This record gives sequence, structure tokens and C-alpha cells, in this order.
Amino acid sequence: MRVVFKTSYDRDIDLHEHGQSRAKIAVLLAIMVALPFLVGDYYLAEAANTLIWALAGMGLMVAVGHTGQVSLGHAAFLAIGAYADSALMNAGLPFLVSFPVAGLITGLFGAIIAVPAVRMSGIYLAIATLAVFVIVEEMVILLEPITGGVGGIMAPSVTILGISFDRYAALPNFYWLCLAVVAVVTWGYANLMRSPTGRSFLAVRDSEVSARALGINVTRTRALAFGLSSGVTGLAGALMGHYIGFFNYELFSIFISINLLLVVTIGGLGFIQGAFLGAILITAVPQLISILRDNLVGIGIDLSGIPGLDTMIFSLILIGFIIYEPTGLYGRWLKIRTWFEIFPLARKDMFRRQKSYLKTERMK
Amino acid sequence: MSLLQVEDLAIHFGGVKAVDGVSFSVEQGEVFAIIGPNGAGKSTIFNLISRVYPPTRGTIRFDGRDITGLKAHDIAGLGIARTFQNIELFDHSTVLDNLLMGRHTHRGTNFVQDILFLPKVRQEEREHRRRVEQVIELLELEAYRKKMIAGLPYGVRKVVEIGRALAIGPKLILLDEPASGLSVEETRDVAFWIEDMRRDMGLTVLMVEHDMSLVNQVSDRVLAMANGQPLALGSPAEVQAHPDVQAAYLGTGAAA
Amino acid sequence: MELLQLMIGGLANGCIYGLVALGFVMIYKASEGVNFAQGDMMMLGAFIALGFGNTDQMGLPFGVAVLLAMVLMFGIGWGVERVVVRQIFGQPQFALVILTIALGFVFRFVAGSIWGYTPLVLETPFAGQNLRSGGIVISLADLVTIGVTLVLTLALWAFFAFTRIGLAAQAASQNQMAAYIVGVPVMRVNSLIWGLSGAVATVAGVLYATRGAIDPNIGLLGIKAFAAAVIGGLGSLPGALLGGLIIGVVEPVAGRYAPGELAKMSPYIIMLIVLVTRPGGLFSQIQMKKV
Repeated sequence: MRVVFKTSYDRDIDLHEHGQSRAKIAVLLAIMVALPFLVGDYYLAEAANTLIWALAGMGLMVAVGHTGQVSLGHAAFLAIGAYADSALMNAGLPFLVSFPVAGLITGLFGAIIAVPAVRMSGIYLAIATLAVFVIVEEMVILLEPITGGVGGIMAPSVTILGISFDRYAALPNFYWLCLAVVAVVTWGYANLMRSPTGRSFLAVRDSEVSARALGINVTRTRALAFGLSSGVTGLAGALMGHYIGFFNYELFSIFISINLLLVVTIGGLGFIQGAFLGAILITAVPQLISILRDNLVGIGIDLSGIPGLDTMIFSLILIGFIIYEPTGLYGRWLKIRTWFEIFPLARKDMFRRQKSYLKTERMK
Repeated sequence: MSLLQVEDLAIHFGGVKAVDGVSFSVEQGEVFAIIGPNGAGKSTIFNLISRVYPPTRGTIRFDGRDITGLKAHDIAGLGIARTFQNIELFDHSTVLDNLLMGRHTHRGTNFVQDILFLPKVRQEEREHRRRVEQVIELLELEAYRKKMIAGLPYGVRKVVEIGRALAIGPKLILLDEPASGLSVEETRDVAFWIEDMRRDMGLTVLMVEHDMSLVNQVSDRVLAMANGQPLALGSPAEVQAHPDVQAAYLGTGAAA
Repeated sequence: MELLQLMIGGLANGCIYGLVALGFVMIYKASEGVNFAQGDMMMLGAFIALGFGNTDQMGLPFGVAVLLAMVLMFGIGWGVERVVVRQIFGQPQFALVILTIALGFVFRFVAGSIWGYTPLVLETPFAGQNLRSGGIVISLADLVTIGVTLVLTLALWAFFAFTRIGLAAQAASQNQMAAYIVGVPVMRVNSLIWGLSGAVATVAGVLYATRGAIDPNIGLLGIKAFAAAVIGGLGSLPGALLGGLIIGVVEPVAGRYAPGELAKMSPYIIMLIVLVTRPGGLFSQIQMKKV
């Protein structure tokens, strides 16, 4: 077990506790930057997809993991981001302007709907977000001039300062674009969580009544968290639109909302790293299934005739995680790491969950 | 002028008069205790002062200002901190973070500055940490700094909650049964800390407590209550000798 | 006259929403969790009844088929609680939400694998029979739906209000540990409630199937029924029925006089209005937490 000798408060304030973890992040980032030279187009596109999912996952994580606001409607924010970005670009704005503005629009929308929703808690908030999702979905169909209605819309090609970042014509550039956005958002997110704002999110999540007693305006904090959450998800939606190229309302179905929830729960609620692990899982599993399927055909088993197998497998993974590892992949990783760090002192019952009883949530 | 003035305070839940016409004032630098049997309305007074409930009637003035109409989250900023009877800490954060959360009213940065983590944010974080370390030192919480609340024993949590209230840097601290559930040694520590708060930090303390030895030891004045109404007000000895108080605790037969 | 006709159809529809909503409310009453697979349980129940009853399948008489389906679905609901839901006992509500969403997908996959994804029609004795009175046509199926729903709601309400088990279930939802201490077999009560909600879902599914074809995706109706439960206030059985009826009636009326998308949005708009004005639903049970 590493003992860090701290000589100033800055050691606790800094993002990384010691140089080695900073170096690890740097190496990881370097590999990510070099990826276009290491893998082919197919896997590069998948990597870009994973990054976009991680971005959306971080967005949802702010709400679910760090402020305790469950949302079943985050697909709506993906949709708003994607349509706003495309509409602004079609109106002649460059990507560098339309992209942040799309995020801003989505964030404002999220913050505005959060204000009445703040009075609700737990399950009721989840339901309200579901309703917002359905309403947004129908609005997309109604607002045909902007969204192309049922037919859909073509996401304009991305060009920044004359250089193409088109998803097909210049895939490496598009990948780097996604990587840059994800890196910046991750940095901002990590900063947030070590600042007073991030602490106020956690305070609101764990005890509203004492958060108020400390002078935290619960309504404003929750609205801010939900706004930031939907803003980041909106950015992910804009990138997703460009990634898919041609999309209509069906891209942003309720299943996307549920997949996003899957990303944050399987990844590990309350950890930024969890969003990445979840995103990797959710983009890798369909690949693994299709590889498996191809191999099984070789030995005479044909699974392609069974529709919905992917969703089924996802569901089983999800059920497994909720039952056996509610802290997600990242929680599991932390346990494994601790086990090795204190080897051979780990006890069998060290990570046993405390027995807990459900208390009513009708009391608020 | 008194630091806290409560005049004719009342709150009715439906037909239940939880607090009914209570008046008292707490002077600057004093330790004021409220005692009374269960259901006397002691904690409800705290909840009224910290604006968890709106009162049915009456006014609360702090530092000469009427705070009866303020929002719950405006109270801490005035310099009133509180603890809760059934510990309300942030279970999934460390002790250090819990204490830092107490510094919320002193933040001078907005969320955009926080996201960018501008030098000003770091500057303030250092200051917050410095203040929190003073509290940690006072309450001897050094060993628990990086521990999660969820895994801590009851007595330590109780202390962390007092620490979080102190981190606010208040003028008035409301302690809701600070000694309940604590061992004799821990209770003695609490008594010392209350002395420290008054003497070294210049705090005014308002507490609800059942442990009469603690009340006798630290408090200057005591208000006894029963059934939402005040029974007696005075020094600990005076109040305990008061026939109505003895009747409320022991039944009417014992007072005679 | 046309409006009246629309409203009668809407009432029957609303009854189905109400029945599915009853399933939500029962489980909420017992464990304060929300079973997002309720709609899919309805779907599965309808298919099982179809499997027992249709002539090209097992060909049992309609009544027997429905009864058998209810028994089987009771078993499935009970089993799901025993095998899956019980594992996350004590975890926050959120875990159950995700778990049941996933369960819903599993049910859908199972139904799709057995009966396929093309719509099928359940054979019922009252298909195509109508009553006429003064220019209004009421199908027998609608009448049966309304009647069965009323009887079932009343029975369930009485179950929770008067029987020992019903009261025990409510106690368990408010404080599991306290319920344990006073001797409520919390686990067994939960299993029973899940079983019951499976049986109620089957009734809803069969009634739904009397009014049109079914496919594995009809479970999505659960979302709408859920809106109904919320409008009524999640803890109230009559509230659930009322919520269902409101949605059922508003939907076709809005569809007649406004664009189709607005009609589809209407249940959720009503729900949002209710949630914003009365965060606990029409029959609210939320109280302040004591500190």
C-alpha cells in the first residue's frame, strides 16, 4: 500500500494524489491520440462512438451519480443537442459556434425543466423525465421545418478553419475532435468535483435537510446540476448526429435513455471513470456478440434468426450487475486494487455489504 | 441587545400544538439549554429557528433582524449553525469533505470558475482547508480525515456533525441533543468543547439536552418546557427546583 | 353524439390503463418500488392466455385459458420476486427501476421467441358483438372491460384496506425493519404481492387483447399506464383507476380535435401538470421528514 506523504494542502486539492497517477493519465491520453495510426477505420469509428457514449455517460453521471437525480429521459437531451447543432449549422453558423451553442441550448432547457421537477424526488423525478422525453420526441415530429419530421435530417459536414472533420472523409480528424471534447469535459468535470459546486451536488444527494442548514440552495443546486448534465449530454448528441450522419427521431429512442442508464450503473455510479468503463462495455458487447455469432455459424449454430438477442444479453448483464455488483465495474476494480495493495491482509468479509432496510421515501 | 429573540412562537400541526407561545432570548456569549420531556417541542423550536417549518405565529429575531420570513438556506449565511438529533451527515463523503461542505456560505466563486478551477478557486480551497483543519484539531478528528462517514462509529459521527456546524464559522450554534447516545467519556469531551466554543471562539450556544449533568455543567440559563409551553426559565438549579418542572418530569404527586 | 362515442371507447381504454396502473400501485404499496416491467407482464399474460386458448394453439375453452394464464402469471410474478427482486432487498428504489426495465426486455424476448413478432389475435367469445342504443354503438368487449375493471379495483382496495396481509404489506412498505420487528413476514408478503400483480396484469392483457391484435411490443403501454398511476398518486388504488380513466378519455378526444402528436403527448402533459401542482399525485401521501 502506497503511503503519500503530504506536505501542503495543495496535495489534496490537486487532481492527482501523486505523480504516478498523473503519468498514467498522460500515457493513456497519448495512446488515445495515437490511435488513428494504430488501428483501422472500422475500429477507429467504434472508438469515436465509445467516446461519444462516454461523453453522454458523463452527462448523465452528473445527475444520477453525483446529485441523485434519476433521469429516464436523457435521450431527449441527446436529440435536442443533435437537432440544435444541425439546425444552427444549416443556418450558416460554423461548427465552432454551433457546437457550444447547441450544448448551451440543451443545458438551458434541462435547467428550466429541472426547476419544477426539483420539488419531486426519487421515482417521481424519473417519471417526469420520462414524460419530458415523450413530449420532446413528439415535438421533434411536429417541428418538421427544423427537424425534417419523420423523414429525418442530414447532419452537415464539419469543417473547422477550412480543415474537414467529416466523419467519413476525414475519420481520424473526427476522432480527434471527439477526443478533444471528451478530454476537455472530463477535465472540467474532475475540477467541478473538487470544488465547492461539486461538494454542494453531493450534499444535496445525501441529505437535503442538512444541505439547507449549511446554506445550500437546494433548488438552485439541483437545477444547475441538471442543466450541466443535459448540456454535456447535448454536446454528445451533437457529435452523435455527425457520427450517424443521417438521423430522425428514432435514433433517440427510449432505449437510448436506458442504455445511458446502463452506462452509468454498470460503469459505477458516482465515479467519472465509471462513465468510460460503461461506455466501453456498451459499445464492445454488440461487437463481441456479432463476432460470437459469426463463429457459431462456422460450427453450425445460426443465431441471426433470433431478433432482440443483443438487448436480451444487455438486460441479463444489467440484472447481474445490479444484483451482484451494484457499485459497478469501477467499484469492482477498486476492490480488486485494494485487495492487491494490502495483500495478503485482505479478509474475506472486508467488502461485504451491510444489510440494509428500505425506509419509506414518502417522507421528505 | 440579545443575540436571539424568540417572541410568542407557536406552530400547530393540524390540531397538535407542538409549540405554543414560547418566548425567550439568548444573550451574546451565553450557553442556553432547553430541557423537557419527550414531545415537549424542543427540537421543533430548532426546526423553527432553522426555518424547516414556517411558524403559525410569533417572530424570531437574530442580531436585531427578523428572520421569520427567510428561507431555510438563508439561515447559515447569517451565522446560525445547527446539528440534528438523528445525525444528518453526507454518508458517502469523507469527514474532510463533510467539513468542507460546512464552508459553503463562504464560497466566493461561481460554477464556471469552479469548472475551470481558476487560481482564485485554489486560493479559496486553501483557506477553507485551513479553517477546517482548525476544527479538526479542536475536535481531535485527525485520524478520520479521509474516512467515509458511512463506516464511522456513532460517537465519531456525532462529533463530525458538531465539526461541520463549527466549520460554518457561526455566531450562534444550535446543538440538538449533543450528548445523546454518547458514552460518559464522550459526553465529557462535549462539555469541554462547549466551553471552548464559548470561551475561545466567542460563540453563543443554544442546545437541547436530556443529560442533566451536561446541562448543569455548561449552561448559564435553562428553559424548561412541557407540551409545547414554557414552564420555567432561570439558572439550572432554579429550574430544577421549580415545582412545575418536577411535576412535568415526575408527575404531579412527586411535586407535593 | 360523436363525442359520447369517443368517450365510451376511451373509458374502456382507460380501464386497461387503470388495470396496469393497479399493478404498479400494488407493488408500490407493498415495497415502495416501481415495477417498470408491469406493461410487459401484461403482454406476457395476454400471450399465455392466447397460447392456452386459441384453436391453433392448445385450444382450451376461453374461461379456462384465462384462469390458467392468471395462475401461471401469478407463479411468474411470485418467482420473479423470489429469484431476482429479493436479491436487491434494501437497495435504493433506483436499483429496482433499472432491474425491472431489464426484466421487461427479458419478458419481451421470451414472448417474441415463442410467439414471434407478427401481431396475433386472441379468440374471445365476445368478439364483434355490439349493443346499440340511440345511435351509439357499444361493443360487448368494452362493457366487459369496464365491468371487470370496476370489480377488480374494488376487490383489491378491500384487500389492502381490510385483510391482514394487505395491511401487513402496507406496513412493510413504510418501514421494512419495523415491520419485521412486529412480525410481518416481509419477504413472503412481497412475493405474494408480486404474484397478485402478475395475475392482475394477465386480466389487463386479456382485456386488451379483446380489443385488438397483440404483439410483444404492446408492453410499452405500460409507460402510459404508469402516467396514470402517477396522476392518481402512486399509493392509491382508486387513484390509479381514476388516472387511467382520465388518460383513456382525454387521448381519443384530443386526437379528434388536435394534431395526432398532441394526442400522444396528452397523457404525459397531464401527468406533468399534476406532478408540478401536486408532486405526490392527486391522492398524495408524501409528508415532511422529521428531523
